[in-house]
Amino acid sequence: MPQVSLTVNGKRETVEVEGRTLLVELLREKLGLTGTHVGCDTSQCGACVVLVDGQSAKSCTMLALQADGASITTVEGLAAADGTLHPMQAMFREHHALQCGFCTPGMVMSAIDLVQSHPEGLTEAQIRHGLEGNLCRCTGYHNIVKAIAAAQKLMHHQQQAQAAE
Amino acid sequence: MYDFAYTKPASLADAVHALGGADAKALAGGQTLIPVLKLRLNRPAIVVDLAGLGLSGIKVTGGTVTIGATTTHATVAASLDVQRAFPALACLAAGIGDIQVRNRGTLGGSLANNDPAADYPAVALASDATIRTNKRAIAAGDFFQGLFTTALEPDEIITEVAFQAPQRAAYTKFRNPASRYAMVGVFVAKGGQGVRVAVTGAGQNGVFRHTAFEQALERAWAPESLDGISTPADDLNSDIHGSAEYRGHLIGVIAKRAVAAS
Repeated sequence: MPQVSLTVNGKRETVEVEGRTLLVELLREKLGLTGTHVGCDTSQCGACVVLVDGQSAKSCTMLALQADGASITTVEGLAAADGTLHPMQAMFREHHALQCGFCTPGMVMSAIDLVQSHPEGLTEAQIRHGLEGNLCRCTGYHNIVKAIAAAQKLMHHQQQAQAAE
Repeated sequence: MYDFAYTKPASLADAVHALGGADAKALAGGQTLIPVLKLRLNRPAIVVDLAGLGLSGIKVTGGTVTIGATTTHATVAASLDVQRAFPALACLAAGIGDIQVRNRGTLGGSLANNDPAADYPAVALASDATIRTNKRAIAAGDFFQGLFTTALEPDEIITEVAFQAPQRAAYTKFRNPASRYAMVGVFVAKGGQGVRVAVTGAGQNGVFRHTAFEQALERAWAPESLDGISTPADDLNSDIHGSAEYRGHLIGVIAKRAVAAS
């Protein structure tokens, strides 16, 4: 069986997979990281979004073998070791940006990529457009957008503080 | 998905060799191929990943924008060089799928797949693009040969695509409200070769040039030039989302909007 070596949430992993094993199957079934969800399995809903070398990708539409050598971040890899939430997670909690919670991990990962790729800041319209690849069946978009708008301020502030150090 | 062998060659020669085997399939960004494999619409014995060939990158020389085959849509959309030299191309790339699809999907993959509702075939045809492969250079006009059909041979790999930046151009599409794919997409361009109007999403045989619109826009580059020119429904798609006649009407509306936006 082929092997894939990759870094997941900072930890080096080498796993045996099949050619057809999807990245999301590797994460959920081989590594037990079930925070990444499978919703539609047809690249539409975005529940499976993870960061691949910092860029958001639908892990149901990527072969595990394509991730060889890559660095993957899942929702489990966001909080600090002491449990301090990532600003995006904290703002999702603060603004009640979830109802059933199924889409939340994908929303959070997409939102982090969206904020990171717009250091100049995002308007509400840009945030809404940027979530095109994530569906919320509870239609709770309003609070999700509010949470992202709040989180981007914290993330940019944190980044500036880090740069100043 | 049926299982398959996977290989990621490090050289073009090795990739061509691997694709020469029985039932081999090339994988670029995988945003179409992987869904197709999930549906078991294709059953390759071996999948050849082209990501290791170093075919990614953007060069602008004079009026020519040359983009490597495995360059992602997100990279094309964000490129300041493309935004300056050929803004309509950057804008088209920024409107493909969603962010996650644009982060993985590639120019070469889109052209080689030639989905009848894909966006890239329209800009390739309207800007007299040259599609370079490991074997030859193919003019866009000869490249697209019908639904999911191109001039590519089974062991032929797109290496890069050279677009001729027009003086004026724009791409406008009418998205299916659910799938967000173009029900009609029109790329209009006015350049050294004259006027080009390429239509995607609507044709039974995939992307096509609208010569009646081109002639009218040659006379005067204005939306009103298209008044009164109808598009025959004979070769247009008819499905649950819209009849051929509806699409024919939409082509005129969208083409006018594109000219106005150029």
